Amino acid sequence: MSDGSLAPAEPIALPRRRFLRRSVWTQPLGLVGAGLLVVIVLLAVFAPWLTAHGPVDMVAKRFMAPSAEHWFGTDQLGRDVFARVIYGARVSLPYALQLVVMAAVIGTLLGAIAGYFGGWIDGVIMRAADLVMAFPDIILAMAVVAALGPGLFNAVLAVVVVSWPIYARVVRSMLLTIRDEPYVQSSRLLGVSAMRALWVDVRPNVVGPLVVLAALEFGHAVLILAGLSFLGLGAQPPTPEWGQMVSDGSKYFDKWWLSVFPGLAILLVVLAANFLGDTLRDALDPRTAKAFR
Amino acid sequence: MSFLRSAWYALPNLVRFVIRRLFVGVLLCLGITLVSFALTQVVPGDPVSANLGDRAASDPEIVAAFRARYGLDKPVPQQYLLYLERLVHGDLGESQQTKRPVTTDLAQYLPATIELATAAMILALVLGISLGVVAAIGRDRWPDQVIRVISLAGVSIPTFWLALVTFYIFFFKLGIAPGVGRLNPGGKAPPSITNMFTIDALLSGQWTTLGIAASHLVLPATVLAIYTVGSITRFTRAAMLESLSQDYVRAARAKGLPERTVILRHALRPALAAIVTVAGMAFGRMLSGTVLVESVFSWPGIGQYAYKSALALDLRAIMGVSLVVAAIYILVNMAVDIIYALIDPRIRLG
Repeated sequence: MSDGSLAPAEPIALPRRRFLRRSVWTQPLGLVGAGLLVVIVLLAVFAPWLTAHGPVDMVAKRFMAPSAEHWFGTDQLGRDVFARVIYGARVSLPYALQLVVMAAVIGTLLGAIAGYFGGWIDGVIMRAADLVMAFPDIILAMAVVAALGPGLFNAVLAVVVVSWPIYARVVRSMLLTIRDEPYVQSSRLLGVSAMRALWVDVRPNVVGPLVVLAALEFGHAVLILAGLSFLGLGAQPPTPEWGQMVSDGSKYFDKWWLSVFPGLAILLVVLAANFLGDTLRDALDPRTAKAFR
Repeated sequence: MSFLRSAWYALPNLVRFVIRRLFVGVLLCLGITLVSFALTQVVPGDPVSANLGDRAASDPEIVAAFRARYGLDKPVPQQYLLYLERLVHGDLGESQQTKRPVTTDLAQYLPATIELATAAMILALVLGISLGVVAAIGRDRWPDQVIRVISLAGVSIPTFWLALVTFYIFFFKLGIAPGVGRLNPGGKAPPSITNMFTIDALLSGQWTTLGIAASHLVLPATVLAIYTVGSITRFTRAAMLESLSQDYVRAARAKGLPERTVILRHALRPALAAIVTVAGMAFGRMLSGTVLVESVFSWPGIGQYAYKSALALDLRAIMGVSLVVAAIYILVNMAVDIIYALIDPRIRLG
């Protein structure tokens, strides 16, 4: 079974050099993305100093429209929506980060094993990747969460299950080339172990593109996670999670501020990550960039 | 064996490619049944107590009968074969929610989803390709920059949120859009032919129903299309930039053809073939999106069915949806690959 339509991975020539052009830091879009992310992280870190209210405190009357007192209004239980949105960053960001790191580590390991050893190991791993990619992501994730039971951590696991193949594919296709580079061949001839060869000779070439891929995938991870929570399969009330807040707010349709602000928060985070990831990808060596979808 | 081998290589390239692609498609379909079977195996909790009432579950005789009936007393690999056998007979089990066979439910809800996804795909292709061409022509100048931001925004907006916001604005505030669902409340469905209301109304000449069904389709289809517009735009731009740098484009310009002809005939046409492949892959993302969009717009398709089943933890129904959707996705991509090979003689069939 050769690569189907879902697997246009081709080997890429990878010289050893800086993987980003220096000019990346002068790109306005990338700067905006990085800046936004820094601001959002700061908001999350300093949340308790930025608002007098806690995310689950009932501080005022129900359904108050946005005002100077409550910038984003109050919700169906009289909780301050602004407080919930900035505290929400403390939920969504760490979970999304955890998810991307887990998927990247698992995908990289499997991709490295597949690419370095080849043969039937390669076949098994890559066919498994094909299979996962044959499912539309949210639908497979829904099935996994339904099997494991709803909850934020199970949702994270479900998204890891659907998102590792992209990393495995990129890493494998880079490895296929690096494996035959003279410096890898020579260390192999010197009797270096597979693990050491992967670590010393291969890792420096792979880390850069992987970081870019993770940046691109971060936004996607936030979106699926929020989507699962919106569907009631991720975060459970009263956790201030953005997707869950949008879903809650949609029950009180005329109170637009309940849904609009948490949704805007998701949009800003994903947009920032995509601005940054996109700029980084453009700055990659074009032959490396080809491995990305 | 060597006879088979030489017979195989005697076939034309294209035929070999189609056969191989069909084979891969069938294998993938078999693979997804394995995945969905494995998922039903990891479910915590005992299927016996989940499906039988407390009283029945305490009667060892009934439990044994239940286990024998569903083959739960057999080893796992054999259970998988039994599962496959039921699947081949179109038996996906019974939904705990609707108390009907999952196959019946899917047959009822699928046409609405296909209607929605097709409308969205057409919209996404038209918008995405146009924006991508404009961006490629104005490369690195302001139209390109603006379109880049638009397409990035398109892939960054949470679909469910966009659905809510547009519905709030266009229905609740402006009153332009019709309400949720596929028809007005109490509206009569057109005669059932394909169960896609716009097509049925068209076929039976019910113009008012056609108008109503189409107007209900506009908002959900647009929301569903937004993400795909973003990805198709970006891919079209890249494909156009590549074909615009080809020698035959330079030759066409050199012989004085109008720029319009050069772009549409000489540059876009070869790019289109590649765009179709990407559209096939984007279709999977769109099927995912239907879950979110349908649940907001109360669109009675399999997305909403999946959502309701997931909330009720109705595992058989969810597995049914994921199987069917994955199969559709695989078949669409297989079809796209084969069409691509048929229309583009340059493709390497290796």
